[in-house]
Amino acid sequence: MTRLIARRMLQLLPTLFILSVIIFLLQRLLPGDPALALAGDDQDPRVIAEIRRQWNLDLPLPVQYGYWIADVLRGDLGQSMRLNTPVADLIVQKLPATLQLAVMALLISLAIGVTAGVISAVRKGTIVDYVANVVALAGISVPNFWLGIMLILLFSIHLGWLPASGFVPITEDWRTSLATSILPAFVLGSHFAGVLMRHTRSAMLEAIESDYVRTARAKGLGEGRVVLRHAMRNALTPIITLGALEFGSLLSGAVLTEQIFSIPGFGKLIVDAVFNRDYAVVQGVVLVTATIYVLMSLLADIGYILANPRLRG
Amino acid sequence: MASANAPAPASPGARVWRRLRRRRGAMVGLFVILTVAIVAALAPWIAPYDPVLQSWTTVRKPPSAAHWFGTDELGRDIFSRIVHGARASMLAGVISVAIAIAIGVPLGLLAGYVGRWVDVVISRVTDALLACPFLILAIALAAFLGPSLTNAMIAIGVTATPVMIRLTRGQVLAVRSLDYVDAATSVGNPPPRVALRHILPNVLPALMVQSTLVLASAITSEASLSFLGLGQQPPAPSWGSMLNTAQRSLTTAPWIAVWPGAMIFVTVLSFNLLGDGLRDALDPRSR
Repeated sequence: MTRLIARRMLQLLPTLFILSVIIFLLQRLLPGDPALALAGDDQDPRVIAEIRRQWNLDLPLPVQYGYWIADVLRGDLGQSMRLNTPVADLIVQKLPATLQLAVMALLISLAIGVTAGVISAVRKGTIVDYVANVVALAGISVPNFWLGIMLILLFSIHLGWLPASGFVPITEDWRTSLATSILPAFVLGSHFAGVLMRHTRSAMLEAIESDYVRTARAKGLGEGRVVLRHAMRNALTPIITLGALEFGSLLSGAVLTEQIFSIPGFGKLIVDAVFNRDYAVVQGVVLVTATIYVLMSLLADIGYILANPRLRG
Repeated sequence: MASANAPAPASPGARVWRRLRRRRGAMVGLFVILTVAIVAALAPWIAPYDPVLQSWTTVRKPPSAAHWFGTDELGRDIFSRIVHGARASMLAGVISVAIAIAIGVPLGLLAGYVGRWVDVVISRVTDALLACPFLILAIALAAFLGPSLTNAMIAIGVTATPVMIRLTRGQVLAVRSLDYVDAATSVGNPPPRVALRHILPNVLPALMVQSTLVLASAITSEASLSFLGLGQQPPAPSWGSMLNTAQRSLTTAPWIAVWPGAMIFVTVLSFNLLGDGLRDALDPRSR
């Protein structure tokens, strides 16, 4: 098992290397001379020369990459041109809000998606199954920025139950934190809840029709015990993997959710950076998000190996 | 024994269509998609007003006989903007998927059929691109290329390409060791001919399903980028950018936010319904 996990970790290295090259090359997509684009309205030759020197743009491309990746490995993701702050500091500042949102969204989607999937499979072919399927497809199809706006209209403007914007960290005041983040977390998790429901349903249907469940029924166990202790336990293994994989996508979805609910997180950081042409921040956020995503897929694999007795060896 | 005048067996396409027709959800999806496509194509003739024409006398008017969906913060007719916005959405969806197919299918074929180091290089780059969350990569690409609908379509197309590469490669690997491919090779067909004439047609059904689903996510992505200000630029209408401006009038004119989002939802739902139906119709296990 240890060798399997070690091999999987080694396989990540080329992926991370290529990923870093792609993210480094993003800067090269800037139309024309990147130094001119980075200088923005300030076309003073001295400023441009300074930018060229600061960004190592006067060096050959592989050398530029070498300097850049060496800095990244030391934790130096560059400097935000707009805020004059190290990008790494900005990311450390903004990441907790996004992580809190993503964890809450994951929990909400697990609660809704898994429950609906299990009920739908157990009641296959009934009206409950049909409604659950329709709701799941709607969850997958609804644009989360529109769902956010509609929920603000209902819960904040019409009913006045929840705040429309703002964010309080859970470490500060958990009640206010929950009130400010429950709507955005629901919006962020709606898509994954739909995906989870469909996966859980098909995994449960497969499990319910398997020999070991038939054996459990033949032993005279009650239906609830058969479903919860036997079928669900086995059906949930792929769901763990899916949950870990989807966590990275939740960070991506947070871009829109944070924009709608004015949450000062990771997503808002990249959007503000895009509009202020703060390219180092854009690069940094993409790099960190992609790395988290890769690490989550590693965790998913490890979780799968640990949960699967045949691979545990 | 078959009689001489027995009907000819139906073509695979006809069989799939027959199975698809039995799926109500897929047919409803197809009907909505065709309607939106026709509306997008005939937008100038269907829209009652100029979608960018501002009028200070009709600012934020609720739905009425004159303005079916009401007017926005600049007095523009929302129905006309929705109709014209369908063009941006459908165009973005179709072109993004075309880009993803044009790059992804040849690379996937190459990786799966040639194998060896070609497969290793293409697969590693695909893995790296897939490791980047879709929207974040699309935002970064659109940011570096500059905000416009064309660049948004390029960004979405490039971001969707790895999915097409992986799918095509997987399908090619599944069929390339089958007897009929061996037979085609052993009778002296050159490798490009085997790949294009014998392997590619077998990849098409899976590609068709995936394209429908990618179209759905491309439409959402275009709306997302336009919502963030990185897609269609004002005053040209797009469902995503309409939602962006609608946010500012939520308390006074909520109808501005309802229609564009509802249109994105219904269109994406229709593509997903069609994609699900196609997958069932093409899946031998569901026959």
